[in-house]
Amino acid sequence: MFESLGLLPTFPLLGFLTLFLAGGFLPRRMIGLIGAGSIGLSFLVALSIVMPFLSGDSEEVRHVVYTWLSVGNFESTFGLYLDGLTVVMILVITGVGFLIHLYSTGFMIDDPSFSRFFAIMNLFVASMLILVIADNLLLLYLGWEGVGLCSYLLIGFWYTDPENGYAARKAFVTTRVGDTSMAIGLFLLFTQLGTLDIQSLLVFAQDRWDIGSGFAIAATLLLLGGAVGKSAQLPLQTWLPDAMAGPTPISALIHAATMVTAGVYLIARMHPLFELAPNVQLLVALIGLATLLIAGFTAMTQHDIKRILAYSTISQIGYMFLGLGVGAWSASIFHLMTHAFFKALLFLGAGTVILSLHHEHDIFKMGGKWRQLPVAFASFMIGSLALAAFPFTSGYFSKDEILIGALAVEGVGLWLWLGGVVGAFFTGIYSFRLVFVVFFGESRGHHDEGEVTGLAMALPLFVLMVLALLGGFIHIPVDNVFSHGAALVATHEEHSVSTFMHAVMIVVPLLGIGVSYLFYCAGVFSVSSLMKLPLAKTLHSFWYSGWGFDYLYKLLFISPFLWLSKVNRRDVVDTFYAGIVVLSVFGNAVSVRSQSGLLRWYILSIVIGIVLLVSLGAFL
Amino acid sequence: MDTIPFEHGLLLASALFALGLVGVTTRRNIVFVLMSLEIMLNATGLVFVVGSSKWGHADGQIMFLMILTLAAAEVAVGLALIIQLYRRFKTVDIDVLSQLKG
Amino acid sequence: MSFLFYAGGAVALISTLFVILQTNVVHALIYLVLSLLAVAVVFFSLGAPFVALLEAIVYAGAIMVLFLFVVMMLNLGQTTREQEKAWLPPRVWLIPVVLATVLLSGLLSSFPANSIEVTEVGVMEVSGLLFGPYVLAVELASFLLLAGLISAYHLAKSR
Repeated sequence: MFESLGLLPTFPLLGFLTLFLAGGFLPRRMIGLIGAGSIGLSFLVALSIVMPFLSGDSEEVRHVVYTWLSVGNFESTFGLYLDGLTVVMILVITGVGFLIHLYSTGFMIDDPSFSRFFAIMNLFVASMLILVIADNLLLLYLGWEGVGLCSYLLIGFWYTDPENGYAARKAFVTTRVGDTSMAIGLFLLFTQLGTLDIQSLLVFAQDRWDIGSGFAIAATLLLLGGAVGKSAQLPLQTWLPDAMAGPTPISALIHAATMVTAGVYLIARMHPLFELAPNVQLLVALIGLATLLIAGFTAMTQHDIKRILAYSTISQIGYMFLGLGVGAWSASIFHLMTHAFFKALLFLGAGTVILSLHHEHDIFKMGGKWRQLPVAFASFMIGSLALAAFPFTSGYFSKDEILIGALAVEGVGLWLWLGGVVGAFFTGIYSFRLVFVVFFGESRGHHDEGEVTGLAMALPLFVLMVLALLGGFIHIPVDNVFSHGAALVATHEEHSVSTFMHAVMIVVPLLGIGVSYLFYCAGVFSVSSLMKLPLAKTLHSFWYSGWGFDYLYKLLFISPFLWLSKVNRRDVVDTFYAGIVVLSVFGNAVSVRSQSGLLRWYILSIVIGIVLLVSLGAFL
Repeated sequence: MDTIPFEHGLLLASALFALGLVGVTTRRNIVFVLMSLEIMLNATGLVFVVGSSKWGHADGQIMFLMILTLAAAEVAVGLALIIQLYRRFKTVDIDVLSQLKG
Repeated sequence: MSFLFYAGGAVALISTLFVILQTNVVHALIYLVLSLLAVAVVFFSLGAPFVALLEAIVYAGAIMVLFLFVVMMLNLGQTTREQEKAWLPPRVWLIPVVLATVLLSGLLSSFPANSIEVTEVGVMEVSGLLFGPYVLAVELASFLLLAGLISAYHLAKSR
C-alpha cells in the first residue's frame, strides 16, 4: 500500500492541471470542489499510508516511481521516502492545507480569478509534497523551486497593482539567492560523495568525513544558505513582511504553515551532516536566536495586522532554527507542527477581520471588535495564547522543549536560553498587543460591520482552534529518525532542568501579556509617554523598518546594480557586435566606389584584366 | 613565290589590335569607341588570314568570313543603340550612362 | 608580293593611328576606310583574294557606310569638333598607352619564328569549304544577320 505514496502529490497536480486548463469554463462551486477536494483526497491518502506505517514496525519505506535521469555515474529518480519525519510533514501539509483551501472557498468567493487561485494553490501543495517525500536531493530541489515559483505567483496574485509585483519579485529574488547557495551545496555533495540519494549520502558522509572536516562545513553552510532564504531568517528575512501583499489564505498556507518551514525540514532531514560540522550547527542556533529577537522587536512596532503576524512567523521560525542548532531536532519539528496550527489559525482569523472590515489592515483603526467579530475574536484569543506559550496550549509544550534543549549546550547554552526567554517575553507583548488593540477598548471605526463568515470559513477555524489548544498532546513519531548517532539529543534527555528555570519559562510570557495589558487595555502606561524619552523615536523607526535591512540591502546591492546597469546602458559587450556592423559598412563604403557606373571605367578594368592575363602568360 | 616572315604578319595584327585598344579606352564619344572595336575585330581577322596563308588551306578565310558577319551584325545593333542614346540624352557622351552607379 | 605586304601594312598602321587621334568624326571614318582598304591589300598579298575583296566590299563598303549614315543623322562631325577636343586632354593617353605597350610586348614575346610560303588560296577552295564542312556555319551566320536586322530595326524605332 505504500505505492500510494505516489498518489500524494498526484491529486493536487491533477487539480492544478484541470483548473489551469479548464478553470475558466467551470462554475465556482466546481472549482472550489476540485481545488479543495484534491487536497482533501491527498489528506485521506496520507492517513491511509500513515496508519499502517505507524502500527507496523518498519522505520522507513522507500518506493521508486520512475527513473528521472541516469547520466554516467549520476542517477536521479522520482523516488519516495517515508519515515517519521515525513509522516509529520505530510499530515501537516495536507491537513492544514485542506483546512486553508476550505476557508479560501469562502474567502475568495468574490474574486474574479477564482480558478487561477486554486490552480496555483494546488500546484503549491503538490510541490511541497514532492519536497518532503523526495528521497534524493535533486527531487527535493524540484519541489523547492516549485514552491518558490508558486509563492511568487501567489504573492503577485493581484498583479494589476504594481506594488504586488514588486513584493513578489523581492520574495523570489531573495529566496533565489538562497537557492543558488543550496544548488552549489548539492554540487559539492555530489562531487564529494558521488550520490544525491539522501540516506546513502548521509551514510557516506558519516564514513568519510570527520567531525569538523572542511567539506562538511562547506556543504552544511551552503545548505544553510538555502534554508535561510526559504525560511526567511537572517540575513534573507526581508521578503516575508512584503509578501503579505498576497491574499490572506496564501499568507496562512505558504508563509506560515508550510513553505517557510521547508528550510527547517531540510536541516532536520540532513541532520547527520550538521552533526558533522558542530560550528555550523552552532551558527544555525545563533541565526535563529538573532532572528527571533530582531523580529520580536520589530513586531512590537508594526500596525498592519498581517505584518505583525509576518514578523511573528519569522520570530517563531527563529525558535525552530534555535532548536535545530542545539540538537533538539524533535522539539523543532514539534514546534513546526504546533506553529502551523496556531499561525494558520491566526492568519485565517486575520482574514476574517480584514474581510469583515472591508479590507482594513491597520489595527489602530479598529478597536473593541469582540462583539462584532466573535469567531475571529475566539480565533485570535486561542491563537495568541498558543503563540505566547500560555501553559498547556500546544505552543507551550513545543517552545518549552526547545528552550530546555538550548540549556543543554555547553558554554553558550545559558545565553541561548536567556535569549529565547527574552524572545518569549516579546512574543507575549506583541501578540496580545494585537488582540487588545483590535478586540478591546473603544471601537474606532467600522462600527456597523457584521462578521463575514460562512460554514466554509468557520469550520476550518474551529478545527484549528481545537488543534491549537490540544495539539501539544500529540506525540510525533520522529524518535527513530533522530536517534541515530545524535549525541546531543542523549545529553539533552539526561540534563535535569531546575524548577526555577521551568518557573521562569512559564512566567515570562505571562509577564509579557501583562505588560501589554497595562499598555493597551488598562491604559496604565501609554506608548506616547514612552515616545517622549530620548532616542525613543529613533529606536522606534529603526525597529519599525525591520532593523534597517531593507535600507542596507538597497545601499549595498540594489543601488550599485542599478548604477551599473545605467552606466552600461549602451552595453559594452554589444559594441563588439556593433563593431562588426561598422566594419562592414565601412567596407561597403570603400568598395562601392568601384561601381562608378561609368562605361569607360568598366572598359578600362576589363582591359587591365586582359593585359594582366596576357602578360602573366607571356612573362612567366 | 615570295616568303613573308610569319612574325611580321602577327606583328602587324598585334599593332593594329593595340591601337584599337588605345582607342577604346581613351575616347569619350561612343562612335569612336565603336570604331575602335571595329579596328580590333579587323586585326583579329588578319591573324586568321595570316594563319590560313601559312598552312595553305582556306579555313582561316572561312573564319574571317564569320568574323565579318559578326562585325556587321554588331555594328547594326550598336548603331541602333547609339541612335536611341542620342534621342534620350541629346549627346553621344558615354559618361551620361551612369545610372548603374553605386 | 612581299613589297605589297609591307606597303599595305604601313598604310594600315598609319591610318589607324590617325583614326584614333582625330577630333572630327567624319574624318576619322574616312581614315578608317583607308585602313580597311590597306588591310585588304595585305590580304591580297598573302594570297587570299577572296577575303581581300570581301573586306573591301563588305567591311569598308557596307559597315563603314552604315557608320557614316548614323553620323550624318546625328549631325556629328564639324559641329562637335570643339567638344571632342575638350574631351581629349593629354593626360587621358597615359594609362591606355602603357597598357597597350605591355600588351604588345607580351604578345611579341610569343611569336614563333617561321616563314610563310605564299600560295594562292582562291575562291574555288573557299567555296568548296563553305558548301562542304562549314555549311552549318553559313546557316548560323544567316541567323545572326537576321537577328541583327530585327533587333536593329526594333531598337532604333522611335516611340
